Amino acid sequence: MTQTHAPVLTQDGRPLKASLARALRRDKLRAFLLIAPLLAFVLLTFAAPIADMLFRSVENGIVADTLPRTVAALEGWEPATGELPDEPVYAALVEDLKEAVAAKTHTRLGTRLNYELSGMSSLFRKAGRSVQKIEGDDVKAQMIAEDAGWGDIQVWSTVKRLSPRYTPSYFLAAVDAKQTEAGVAFLPERERIYLMLFGRTLSMSIVITLACLVLGYPVAFLLAHLPLRTSNLLMILVLLPFWTSLLVRTSAWKVLLQQQGVINDILVWIGLIGDNARLVMMNNQTGTIIAMTHILLPFMILPLYSVMKTISPSYVRAAKSLGANDWTAFWRVYFPQSVPGIGAGAVLVFILAIGYYITPELVGGTSGIFISNRIAFHISSSLNWGLAAALGTLLLLAVMILFVVYDKIVGIDNVKLG
Amino acid sequence: MTNLPPYASTGQRLWHYGFLAICVAIFFFLIFPILVIVPLSFNAEDFFTFTRKMLALDPDGYSFKHYRDFFTNPDWQQALTNSFLIAPVATLLATGLGTVAAVGLSQSHVPYRGAIMAILISPMIVPLIISAAGMYFFYSRIGLQGTYWGVVLAHAVLGTPFVIITVTATLVGFDRSLVRAAASMGANPLTTFFKVQMPLILPGVVSGALFAFITSFDEVVVVLFLGSAAQKTLPWQMFTGLREQISPTILAVASIMVALSILLLSVLELLRRRSERLRGMTPG
Repeated sequence: MTQTHAPVLTQDGRPLKASLARALRRDKLRAFLLIAPLLAFVLLTFAAPIADMLFRSVENGIVADTLPRTVAALEGWEPATGELPDEPVYAALVEDLKEAVAAKTHTRLGTRLNYELSGMSSLFRKAGRSVQKIEGDDVKAQMIAEDAGWGDIQVWSTVKRLSPRYTPSYFLAAVDAKQTEAGVAFLPERERIYLMLFGRTLSMSIVITLACLVLGYPVAFLLAHLPLRTSNLLMILVLLPFWTSLLVRTSAWKVLLQQQGVINDILVWIGLIGDNARLVMMNNQTGTIIAMTHILLPFMILPLYSVMKTISPSYVRAAKSLGANDWTAFWRVYFPQSVPGIGAGAVLVFILAIGYYITPELVGGTSGIFISNRIAFHISSSLNWGLAAALGTLLLLAVMILFVVYDKIVGIDNVKLG
Repeated sequence: MTNLPPYASTGQRLWHYGFLAICVAIFFFLIFPILVIVPLSFNAEDFFTFTRKMLALDPDGYSFKHYRDFFTNPDWQQALTNSFLIAPVATLLATGLGTVAAVGLSQSHVPYRGAIMAILISPMIVPLIISAAGMYFFYSRIGLQGTYWGVVLAHAVLGTPFVIITVTATLVGFDRSLVRAAASMGANPLTTFFKVQMPLILPGVVSGALFAFITSFDEVVVVLFLGSAAQKTLPWQMFTGLREQISPTILAVASIMVALSILLLSVLELLRRRSERLRGMTPG
């Protein structure tokens, strides 16, 4: 009886508990060692770049790095007083500018400040040329004489506002707002483009998701109820577009939707529209919606199909045997069981739609583009990388929220392909 | 759904055939745009629509000139070569790392499994433009922007989620006692993996590799930002061709790529049947 409290030992004399714990530790370590290479790879080549981009949306070292003395001298100055900064600030600015001109960094600073106040870019370029001439005392008067811009209190308050190393200004710009002396203010109605673009991206993604649902549900239903041999055959019609290059499908739609394209030709030929009244179906929202619905439809059908496959037909039969008509049996019994599939497909399609770039770029024209297209524009054309990063961060946030929702509905482990 | 009972009312019949008609229309919507470009690619004119001669099935209306252009134009050939230089290497990287990690993830004791999975899947979820932007900034800093390896690494990381997902899915049906049996007969873990586990999960690995390959082969956003002119791939060439008023050669390229996807689909279907046979099911 006293023996019961002694630890159970394994054959080699260790306590069983310790031995098991050791085995478990070894298992965990082995699993981790297998995962580690990929984890490191993803963190290095993917997560780090994303983190870098997030950082770029608030990073603002350029003013402090290019004009260190000015920033220090501006410390005691308050734009609210309505007075221009004193002589020492101007002296510091001239010294900073001389260095910046030698390092050729003043134009970049001007470009950066121009995002906040137009005219800054040329002000700095001009100062770069004239600053060498300024010597002796009374620098303030000389500067203002060279360019009246230096006597503008708005210029100085912009410089001061952007002196900190981190700035919310890109995020404010991404939601069409701006920091002014009076605090944060939205831009005038007609200058607001990003809120409108975010809104359009969301609303068009919703339309595309709904279109996919309306078209995908009947097809998934049919596929799930046909005998396996037939449904596998028909499944090819869904999988072929799924496996066909995105660019091939986009070019196909470009060919079909053109004003001199196949669809318009057919409509003219059967006499539905006149030759001079050809429909404009491309380079607008219609084009984007049609092409993207086609491209994302398989992503709706496949999850719907895999859920419908698991719904036992006996429930519907039971409902009918209890007197339900076809519609009631479907709506009250079958449909609720297919809702998880709808959730999975809809969230997946929505996540994919909201970040689309290629298709809107090619068939969207100006009215059918998404926020992604604007991000690309700021990276490759306008070079306002901070704003691109801020817009990207907001888009990423939206996708991450959806990703969590998707994880709750489907579980990331249960994503199935093909 | 498929067969109507003989006692069905007229309304039920109407609805039944109406439903079938709707489905046929949707299937048509899915497949028509892909197939219509194939005959158009043989157009003898530089048009994007059927000419009168084509509709009359006049042989003069058809020609191989767009295909000839694709196979002789150095721009397209360079792009094709680049695609075949980049995609296989990215596929190898993604498949190797992804398969090993999926085997690790399938073990019974993995701490923080959910979080790790979320990180590993994220390249598939994050919008491509964001991945491209982040990589563009970051790879510029470390000198990978505009290089072959920059594009390969980026394509590899975009392909890994597909490998993880497909291999994990095959591992779900994997009988762990086989590993124990092999070990009890004296096989070391490496032998067990290559002789026992690998042949059984091979279909998953191959379809994961196909996904990774097509991800790289079809990817355009990241390569536009990360690549330089020397890494111009086939999709890049198509994209620029489509943006600046389209050249009919694109239709020939597109048709070739449709043929490629049909080939791919057949390989996948064969794999699916094989894995079902291995699990003792009769392939449907």
